[in-house]
Amino acid sequence: MSENLTTEVVPMVNVNIDGVSIAVPKGTLAIRAAEMIGVEIPRFCDHPLLEPVAACRACLIEVEGMPKPQPACAQVVNDGMTIRTQQSSEVAKEAQEGVMEFLLINHPLDCPVCDKGGECPLQNQAMSVGRPESRFEGEKRTFEKPINVSAQILLDRERCVSCARCTRFADQIAGDPMIELLERGAKQQVGTADDQPFDSYFSGNTVQICPVGALTSAAYRFRSRPFDLVSVPTTCEHCASGCSLRTDYRRGEITRRLAWENPEVNEDWNCDKGRFAFPYLTEGRISTPLVRENGELRPASWPEAIDVAARGLSQAGASTGVLTGGRLTQEDAYAYAKFARAILGTDNLDFRARATSAEETQLLRSTIAGTPIKVTYDALESAPFVLLVSFEPEDESPMVFLRLRKAHTKVASIGAVATRGLNKMGGTLIAAAPGDEAIALNNLAADVKQALAQPGAVILVGERVAASEGAASAVAKLASETGAVLAWVPRRAGERGALDAGALAGLLPGGRPLTDASARAEVAAAWGIDAQALPNSAGLSGDSILDAASRETLWTLVVGGVDAVDLPDPEVTAAAVRRAGFIVSLDHHHSDFTQAADVVLPIALVTEKAGTFVDWEGRPRPFGQVFKDALAMSDATVLGMIANAIGKQAGAWDVAGIRRELSGLGQWSGARESAPEVQGSPKNVDGFRLASWRELLDAGVMQEGEPFLAATAREVVALVSAHSSAQLGSPATVTVAGPSGSVVLPLVIGDVIDNVVFVPMNSTDCSIYRDLGARIGSAVAVTAGGVA
Amino acid sequence: MAINEQTLASMRELVARYPQPRSALLPMLHLVQSAEGEVTTDGIAACAEVLGISPAEVTGVSTFYTMYKRKPVGEHHIGVCVNTLCGLLGGDAVYEALSERLGIGHNEPTADGKFSLERIECQAACTHAPVMTVDWEFMDDVTPTSALDVIDRLSRGERVESTRGPVIRNFEATEHTLAFPDDGLAGEGISVDAKMLAGLRYAKEHNMSAPRSGQEG
Amino acid sequence: MTLTPVITEHWDQPDLYTLDGYKRVGGYVALEKALKLDPDAIINTVKDSGLRGRGGAGFPTGMKWSFVPQNDGKPHYLVVNADESEPGACKDIPIMMANPHALIEGVIITSFAIRANHAFIYIRGEVPNALRKVANAVAEARRAGLIGKNILGSGFDLEIVVHSGAGAYICGEETALLDSLEGFRGQPRLKPPFPAVAGLYASPTVINNVETICNIPYIIDRGVDWFRSFGTEKSPGFKVWAVSGHVNNPGIFEAPLGITMRQLLEYAGGVRGGGKVKFWLPGGSSVPLLTEEHLDLPMTYEEMAAAGTMLGTGTPMIFDETVSVVKAVTRWLEFYKHESCGKCTPCREGTYWITGMLENFEHGHAKESDLDLLVSACNQIAGRSFCALGDAAATPFPAALKYFRDEFVAATNSPVDDAFDPVASYIYAGAATR
Repeated sequence: MSENLTTEVVPMVNVNIDGVSIAVPKGTLAIRAAEMIGVEIPRFCDHPLLEPVAACRACLIEVEGMPKPQPACAQVVNDGMTIRTQQSSEVAKEAQEGVMEFLLINHPLDCPVCDKGGECPLQNQAMSVGRPESRFEGEKRTFEKPINVSAQILLDRERCVSCARCTRFADQIAGDPMIELLERGAKQQVGTADDQPFDSYFSGNTVQICPVGALTSAAYRFRSRPFDLVSVPTTCEHCASGCSLRTDYRRGEITRRLAWENPEVNEDWNCDKGRFAFPYLTEGRISTPLVRENGELRPASWPEAIDVAARGLSQAGASTGVLTGGRLTQEDAYAYAKFARAILGTDNLDFRARATSAEETQLLRSTIAGTPIKVTYDALESAPFVLLVSFEPEDESPMVFLRLRKAHTKVASIGAVATRGLNKMGGTLIAAAPGDEAIALNNLAADVKQALAQPGAVILVGERVAASEGAASAVAKLASETGAVLAWVPRRAGERGALDAGALAGLLPGGRPLTDASARAEVAAAWGIDAQALPNSAGLSGDSILDAASRETLWTLVVGGVDAVDLPDPEVTAAAVRRAGFIVSLDHHHSDFTQAADVVLPIALVTEKAGTFVDWEGRPRPFGQVFKDALAMSDATVLGMIANAIGKQAGAWDVAGIRRELSGLGQWSGARESAPEVQGSPKNVDGFRLASWRELLDAGVMQEGEPFLAATAREVVALVSAHSSAQLGSPATVTVAGPSGSVVLPLVIGDVIDNVVFVPMNSTDCSIYRDLGARIGSAVAVTAGGVA
Repeated sequence: MAINEQTLASMRELVARYPQPRSALLPMLHLVQSAEGEVTTDGIAACAEVLGISPAEVTGVSTFYTMYKRKPVGEHHIGVCVNTLCGLLGGDAVYEALSERLGIGHNEPTADGKFSLERIECQAACTHAPVMTVDWEFMDDVTPTSALDVIDRLSRGERVESTRGPVIRNFEATEHTLAFPDDGLAGEGISVDAKMLAGLRYAKEHNMSAPRSGQEG
Repeated sequence: MTLTPVITEHWDQPDLYTLDGYKRVGGYVALEKALKLDPDAIINTVKDSGLRGRGGAGFPTGMKWSFVPQNDGKPHYLVVNADESEPGACKDIPIMMANPHALIEGVIITSFAIRANHAFIYIRGEVPNALRKVANAVAEARRAGLIGKNILGSGFDLEIVVHSGAGAYICGEETALLDSLEGFRGQPRLKPPFPAVAGLYASPTVINNVETICNIPYIIDRGVDWFRSFGTEKSPGFKVWAVSGHVNNPGIFEAPLGITMRQLLEYAGGVRGGGKVKFWLPGGSSVPLLTEEHLDLPMTYEEMAAAGTMLGTGTPMIFDETVSVVKAVTRWLEFYKHESCGKCTPCREGTYWITGMLENFEHGHAKESDLDLLVSACNQIAGRSFCALGDAAATPFPAALKYFRDEFVAATNSPVDDAFDPVASYIYAGAATR
């Protein structure tokens, strides 16, 4: 009922439905008003988040004073209106039965083999308001079955009831009108253009809102019956959007994931990565602890592995660096933060498995960590203006994208590419070549600054701000100058939780500065340890940890869920892995770190533990354990076991206990370090500068094992401006070369700044760190042609 | 022919006619048919590109309207109205005769690409039933014999005049007219025939007329 | 009642379609008059004239115009519905081919009245010869300064776009026409908002039929009293009647509203071969059919409604006794099935079902109980569909059943072609062999 979701005071109107009087907000549709008194009117085309079309006519009701039955899904209730639904009106009942009969005349009787059977609105409503027997004796309409509208989405046209939910979703919500109603009348059907499949990041939602079994996914088709599934509400682990999901499983295996309604966060939607990218959870996991013996990893018992880890870490003590990936739950991140400080006595700690900068670190510690929620999804929807900085919502936080699009919020983006996503939001580009963001931010036009000065204006800054010197500083300055609210939208689900948990050098839980004695005292008290035992000066950040390890000035690494391919300097990473004296790796899948580790401790998958992701808003998104009888232990539990083996105590290592500690600590209200003040400087680059980010669907390890999803990813191309393309001689392909290598990609002309080339950051055929040795903003050579 | 720069320029000219670009889509699709003989994938892509909409959106539109063909049409596209009035007054027999002679059915082209045939709906010419169209120009009051005669003459490349309209050209030429209707042919052929004048002539013969002021009536 | 050629008065003048030809018979005099009037005065004149829409629904034209909000800061649009596709309707296309400038003059005056600076004439695509005639007239009028900036020094600007449809009966439904004109699939829109408030490009829009618009110059030129001297109180004015079917002289006959079918039949030379009228429809296949007993009813909006039918487009179709009503109705339903836009369930599925059942009757393998089922299915469409196309589709069968039940019963086990030799109903010479 989002049409009524508003903070403004809406006048109420009185309406009588089936003899029951009720006051509802003005503008309420009859179908919703009836729900309020517990009357469910049948419906197919109606969806609360889509514009009413009144096409299916299943919801016909009688409205006093109107000669013909009216569609409840489009009938706004007026004050004093008298409505009779099927409960009290023979006219409405007959009209609904008639429509139901019509819907069924051409619908196949294939419920026993239809994926929707058992959870099908058509089946259910045919039972509740349909006639028991069909009077239709003619020949049913048939189509070739099924057709692929994309690699992932299949369409059985004979089941379709032309409700147009899917096409309206694609157009109105996703902005991807790649499926449309085709043909006319009884031949009307959903379809695509001949040469363009429905490759939308949001395509899976159409399967979920299809009220019949017409749309199915290749991933789930014929996999199970809904009544054989166990359903558990969860939170998506893929990005910081924080979507509520429902995970369905059978016999210990996930069969599918669905978007779960959450009006404050993801509404009724999610993205295809969140929906389909789950096979990684079941395939190829590490089954037992491993320890290195004679240079080889061999299976070991838990007591042995814990003992080896404890001994190694005891010896290293503070000469240890702790690296965690951005996928940890807040509870696990907190356990690492505690383990580093209280058990190892080190502050060498970083949750950011990506390019970072000291400037970003300062921005996060000063402005973001442990701060209350300042911007919500709803606030985005009502914001008069939103400025995006180093942030591509459709790829990097899809629900943020949908919200901005939904509200037609006025959006401007500081960047080098006017993307399809930006166009779909109706946004404008404020051109800044990669690396020049600070200059653009410091030289914003007066009207943009005025727009930012409006109450409710928002600046959304992405994690890539770390790649641009001065940008984080300029953003902080701009926010304080204009009064616009600053929100940080990291890409990964665990980053904000890890930040708030203090899994970053110099930062204790709740945004506490490590260098502040009273902050240390509060934390030490919560952990039940002597404050003197905590490090009191900021340790090394992630890149420094790796650098130190590569130069053998740091002996030991504790690594939790880091994929080396995410780290911006592959050579340093490789050297660090090679030269570190002792590596403890906690992971469920093998990586460069597990392969080089001295001890590998297999930990629980996200489905095997409870936890919390904190979304970009700062909103905790707690979730329970999907597989209740799973034996795998969380990172926190394992770290607690090591701590125990080392012989140190530091409070709780279980989810409930950690949550108690976190909430007991609360947010830091004392002084913070100041925001960064780094000056950006103009970059003089010959040739092309590299623009890049991770596209939503790419070579990420958590997308492994889902070929249908991968097939809907965007084509991997090099994007340049028309001018740049012409200068290159308008070739079909180009070679993009960086310090350590090159890739050959198809050349596509886009709305890109001249002399900038965009390539995806981590796609199958193009990983800028691995293949080019380049970073965002690096100078790269672009030449016509080339052989892949 | 094919979609070329000239087609794209014409499309942009169509777009300029309207307050909002997408309004030009129907004429643009006619233009595509005038260039390609049918609505091709290339034509759809061109419309989508010029209007900044998706090919699926163009496809949805092009499949909704019966005049847009997704398979080849003959040089001359023959329509026979088989709606109730025309059909029962003899259109059915006209269609059958043409179908038999040409060896094609509904919406099919002949092997030589000369003709295609369509069972069409009411053409707003019921006074002239049974109605046939050649490249959408009227061929009123047809019989199986007269319809076959038209086909024969067209086959021989002879000049055939519409009963109410200009000399028959071909399908693609008419499609161009549908995109750019001021085609310079307004003065050609007969447009007002005896049936359209039936009432006027009767009135004149019987000294009937409309009064010229309220008092007269 | 006599024939009263007004719109058709000069159709026998060969160059009437040209600007010169039209001006020679007094064309554009009304425009000069109108441009000196207050636009509201024109709206009031049309209101007072009682002119009702000639497209089929008969809605009062002046009232429609007055719904357009004024001084709303939005552009206003006039859209002429020239998508004449109703089976049996064949008067707008002839008007446009014979006298396109009368339409253009009406469009300019109407646009001036409703404060529209942009008018569109949406002509169905299957009639290129009407399209080119109107386009030629627009071009001539533009060259003569009758369209464009500051028309005749009045300060009024107007652009007229001649737009071609592409084959979809539903686009005659005014909101479907708007979607089509905006380049979408021609499916009807949810109302409210009504077009007068949010029509073309979500701006206030008047949509009028060709013949309706052609009345405007005459009303302005000759006045309300003159106009009301034709027809009845509730159905004033004259009508371009197009009589088709089994008559000796089918064609266009202009006469006041209130003329009877019997009189029109007389002008049209009577039923061919001296035969009898079996059934007839006053204005298109979407109005319930009538029989010989209704020939003396005055053809007005009110009298036709009283007889259980509608005036519709005012283009009577006459069928003699050679015609199987079962076949006629089946063919109409095939038309509605083909033309259903697919948006709403009752029309999309209902026409599919009903057509199939009727085809069973036509081929002689139906059950008598199917008649009740057909009635029931029609009742499930009528009043439940999204737009009037569904209602129209549910119209022919119940009306036919009312007068010809026996014929349907007979068709349950005998193909109608056995009882009614198709050749007998052919109109051309030598075909009537029965």
